[in-house]
Amino acid sequence: MIPCAGGGGEELRDIRSSSIVEAVRNLCIEANTRLPQDHLSALRRALDDEESELGREVIERLLENAEVARERCIAFCQDTGYAVFFVELGSEVNVSGGEIGAAIDEGVRRGYEEGFLRKSIVRSPVDRTNTGDNTPAVVYYEPVPGEGLKLTMLVKGAGCDNMSALKMLTPAEGLPAMKEFVVETVEKAGPNASPPLTVGVGMGGPFERAALLAKKALTRPSGEPNPDPELADLERELLDCINATGIGPAGYGGTQTALAVHVESFPTHIAAFPVAVNLDCHSHRTASAEL
Amino acid sequence: MEDIEPLRTGDVVRLGGVLYTARDAAHARMKEAIETGDPLPFEPDGQVVYFTGPAPARPGQALGPAGPTTASRMDPHSPMLVERGLRGMVGKGSRSERVLEAMRQHGYVYFGAVEGTAALLADCVKEVEVIGYEDLGAEAVRRLIVEDFPVVVVNDLHGGDLYREGRERWRR
Repeated sequence: MIPCAGGGGEELRDIRSSSIVEAVRNLCIEANTRLPQDHLSALRRALDDEESELGREVIERLLENAEVARERCIAFCQDTGYAVFFVELGSEVNVSGGEIGAAIDEGVRRGYEEGFLRKSIVRSPVDRTNTGDNTPAVVYYEPVPGEGLKLTMLVKGAGCDNMSALKMLTPAEGLPAMKEFVVETVEKAGPNASPPLTVGVGMGGPFERAALLAKKALTRPSGEPNPDPELADLERELLDCINATGIGPAGYGGTQTALAVHVESFPTHIAAFPVAVNLDCHSHRTASAEL
Repeated sequence: MEDIEPLRTGDVVRLGGVLYTARDAAHARMKEAIETGDPLPFEPDGQVVYFTGPAPARPGQALGPAGPTTASRMDPHSPMLVERGLRGMVGKGSRSERVLEAMRQHGYVYFGAVEGTAALLADCVKEVEVIGYEDLGAEAVRRLIVEDFPVVVVNDLHGGDLYREGRERWRR
């Protein structure tokens, strides 16, 4: 195909909104009933490495639960969470037959109803009336070149989200303070965030970018290191520090408090060193689809 | 479930009998009911509360997936039930000092269940009946009959705390 220089509408790839609805519906059910293979592998490694007997028992139960949920197509955790989507929207894509945000909400509505998933979203922090269908979805759009559309879903439980934190460090405090803050956040969360955890860390940008990066970091395949070798080293160091806390599986004590630490970084201001830590529980739920 | 004195922190226990489900919204309503002198959905004396809000059941299941939610959110409300004779709670995560104090004073046990085992836990539920606050949906109060429901003693009657002791033992 000849690249379109002038942006003529006839060059755009057409994607029907109904196919987005269908893809989102399927992602909701898949993410909530099937633990991703990379996460299962991480849990199996943790089972081999865990030194506490009670800790091993917890991980065995988690693996058994995942198998039962997959076989019966039921949710492996009752908190089927916020439906969070990271959307990579190609510059040469035109969505027809409806607006993309409405299509994602409709997919969530169907997926949560047809998948027997719990509806956990209330109208506002003050008006706590349940919206009844787990909408609105939480959607972040990223424009990318090309004619693809990729939807990555993260099902985010509240127990671990509640234990997440953000801090505006100063450049003088620097990396040592950043490491300390990540480990301190995990320590404070203790058993409440349902370890073994996946720890998403975002640093840099202004305030909100750090938080978003921390969330997005959770969608990376479990334990896949950051391509930047320095950040990959930092991830390994943080994982060791977190696993030295002793919190262990379900917080009952042990050597496997986290399965992975994923760090994402973004340029920041000369005056700033923001860091955000988003914790994810042992029911780590992601799935993606390309249209 | 009456025999809680011999239980020790770290014991793996299988519960059988009645559990009452209640979480955030149900606890807020029970607090209102106590303040206004209205009846509670169940008499707390001698009972065990399970902090959970189940997912919908597929046809043929008694209960949808139902793991524990974070117990600390119920901390402001738990003492009022403990003062009325509650004997146990099942949840996940640490309790406040005030709740632990009420525990020592009135004698109840806090059990931990593993949140990510919701499908397995639901299998241990044999009967379900919504007995209060039905409009709350997943957060309604349910009376469950359970068999072999696996829990771990987190806080026993003797001051034990699995979360604290476990972490101290394995910290490096």
